[in-house]
Amino acid sequence: MSTPDGTIPNKDREDSMSQITGKPSTTNQGRGAQTPSVATHSLSDVASARRAKVGQPAVGSTGLEAKSIHAWFGKKHVLEDISMDFFSGTVTALIGPSGCGKSTFIRILNRMHEFIPTAALAGQVLLDGKDVYEPGVDVTKIRLRVGMVFQKPNPFPSMTIKENVLSGLKLAQIKIENADELLESCLRRAGLWDEVKDRLNEYGGALSGGQQQRLCIARSLAVNPQVLLMDEPCSALDPGSTLRIEETIRELSASMSIVIVTHNMQQAARVSDYTGFFLSDGGPGRLIESGTTADIFTNPKEKKTEDYVSGRFG
Amino acid sequence: MSQTLTPVKPNRPWKLTPKQILPDLLGALFTVCATLAIVAISPLKGKLGFVLTLIVMAIITATVVSWVRRDRKAAMNSTTTVLVYIAAAFVIVPLISVLYEIVRLGTVGFSFGIFTDDMAETSSESPLSEGGLLHAVIGTAYIVTFATLLSTPIGILTALYIVEVKGRFAGLVRFFVQAMSGVPSIVAGLFIFAVWMIQLGNAYSGIAGGFALTVLMIPTVARTSEEVLKLIPQDLREAGLALGATQWRTVAMVIVPAARSGLVTAIILGVARVVGETAPLLLTIGGADAINLNPTQGNMSAFPYYVWKNLLIGNENSISRAWLGVFVLMILVLIIFTLARYFSAARGSKR
Repeated sequence: MSTPDGTIPNKDREDSMSQITGKPSTTNQGRGAQTPSVATHSLSDVASARRAKVGQPAVGSTGLEAKSIHAWFGKKHVLEDISMDFFSGTVTALIGPSGCGKSTFIRILNRMHEFIPTAALAGQVLLDGKDVYEPGVDVTKIRLRVGMVFQKPNPFPSMTIKENVLSGLKLAQIKIENADELLESCLRRAGLWDEVKDRLNEYGGALSGGQQQRLCIARSLAVNPQVLLMDEPCSALDPGSTLRIEETIRELSASMSIVIVTHNMQQAARVSDYTGFFLSDGGPGRLIESGTTADIFTNPKEKKTEDYVSGRFG
Repeated sequence: MSQTLTPVKPNRPWKLTPKQILPDLLGALFTVCATLAIVAISPLKGKLGFVLTLIVMAIITATVVSWVRRDRKAAMNSTTTVLVYIAAAFVIVPLISVLYEIVRLGTVGFSFGIFTDDMAETSSESPLSEGGLLHAVIGTAYIVTFATLLSTPIGILTALYIVEVKGRFAGLVRFFVQAMSGVPSIVAGLFIFAVWMIQLGNAYSGIAGGFALTVLMIPTVARTSEEVLKLIPQDLREAGLALGATQWRTVAMVIVPAARSGLVTAIILGVARVVGETAPLLLTIGGADAINLNPTQGNMSAFPYYVWKNLLIGNENSISRAWLGVFVLMILVLIIFTLARYFSAARGSKR
C-alpha cells in the first residue's frame, strides 16, 4: 500500500477480506443471529432479528446528512423537506412506492441530480460536515467519495473485467502501484473474485446479470468511497443473485455507509439498520417516517407506514 | 431406456405442406397466363405493358384467392404482401441491371496492366491494352485520404458537441449539419473554387479537391456519428460520471470506445459518399493524364474525372475505358463497404 491516504482503509479491507474468504459464514459475528430468522416470513421478525448498529456510528466521521432537501423538475415539486442522517458504517434503506422521489433523493446525495436539465434544488447535503453543493466544491471529488450503483448493471462494454474494476482510477486519473492487489480485494469484497479470477481479461458483457451488478459494485469500491448509494441494485436480478448482493452489502457495511433504494420490503428488512419511508400523495414526495429498521417494521408511528410495510397500501 | 427406442426427429410443423403451396403456385401460374392473354388481345404491347399488367394481375389474383379461401382480413394481408414484394422488386431489378451492365462493359478492357500505367503517352484511340488508370488511383487515394483526415476529427467532434456537450448552439449546429448534407455537390466544388482558388489565388491541385470533398464528407460523418453516439445508453455516461470522472474523461474513455465500431462505420460511410463525386473535382483538381505525385501542386486526376473525360472523348476505346473506370471504382467502393461491415461486426461480437 503506497498511497498515503489509501493505506489504512486498504489494510482494514484486506483483514476483513481474509475473514470473508476464509469462512464466509462467520463474518460479522454480531449479525450471525439473523441467519436463522431469514426463513420466517414476517417482516417484523426479520427486521427485529437484525442486530442493528443503532447509536454506534463509526468513529472519526459524521457521515452523510441531508438537511431539508427540496427538489424540482421544471415547475414540478418532487421532493419536499427531506432531512435524513446516514451514519457511517450503517445501511439505510429507502422504501416507498414508485414515483415518490427515492431515486431523485439519492441522486441528490452525490450530485447526479444536476444532469437533468430542468432540475432544481434547495437544502444542504453535508458530507463530513461540509455542504457538497457549496460553490467551488470539486464535484468529481464528491462523487469519488460517494459512489453509486445503478438499477441496471452497466459495466463499460469496451473494457475487460479487470479494466472495468480499475476504471474508476483511470477515469479520475488516480495513480496506484498495486493495481493487481486492489483488483483482487475489490472483486473479493463484491463477492465476485472466485467466479471471475480466471477470466479477468474477458469483456464485462460476457457475465450474467447478477455478476455484472457485482462487477459494478467492485468498480465503485475501487476508488474507496466512504458512502455507497444503491438505486434498486437488485430489481433486474434473480433471487440467487439478489441474495449474493445482499451478502455483499452486509460485508461492505462494516467499512462504509450504504444507502439502498428498494421496492422489496423483505430486502429492506434483511439488510438495513435504518429505514426511511417515502410517500407522495400526488404532490411532492415526503419522508413520512424514518428510524431504525426494527421500529419501522415492528412498531411504526405513522398509520401510512404501517399500511405500506404490511402490504395493505392503496 | 424407453426413450432411446424411438429417436425424436426434429420437425417443422409450421412449414407449409405441398397441399397448401399448390393453390399459390396455381395462382402464380394463372397470373402469368392471364397477363400473356391480356397482352395478346389488348392494345398493351411491349415489355412495359407486360410488367404493368403483371403487377395488376398479381394483386388481383392474390387478393381474390385469399378472399375465397379465407376471409377479408387474409385478402388485405395478401394485397399488402404483394405490394411489398413489388416495391422490393422496383429497387432490386434496376440495381442488378446496373451492376450487370457495369460488369459486362467494364471487364472488357480489364487487365492488371491498367494499375501500372497512366494515359500520358497513350492516345484515346489506342487499344485498351495500352495505357492505364494508375494516375486516377493515385489521385483518388490522395484526395480521399486528405478529405478523410480533415473531416473525421471535425465530424466526430461536431457529433460529440451535439450529443455529449449539448452546448447552447447544439440545435443550431445540428440544423447546419443537416442543411450541409443537402447541399448539391457542385456547390461544394464552387465554394472551394471561389475561396481557395480565386480569393486565395491557388492553382488546381489535389488538396483543393480534398477540401471540396471534406465539405461534403463532414455532414455524413457528423450525422452518422451523432446517431451512433445517441445509441450509447445514458447509464454508461452516468456510471462514468458517478465514478468521479470529468466529462472529458468519460467521453474519451467510456463513450468513444463503446461507440468505436459505429464511429469507424461513420467514417467509412463518409468515404463511400465522396469517393465517386465528380462535379466538385471538375472545378478543383483540373484533371490530368499523367501521374502527379504531389498533391499540393499541379493538376491531378481522379476516378470520376477519368470516367467523365473518357466519356466525353466518345470514341469506342475511350468509352470502354470509362466503363473500366466505373468498374474499378465500384470494386473500390465494394471493398470499403465490406471493410465497414467487417469492422462493425468483428468488434461487436467480441463483447
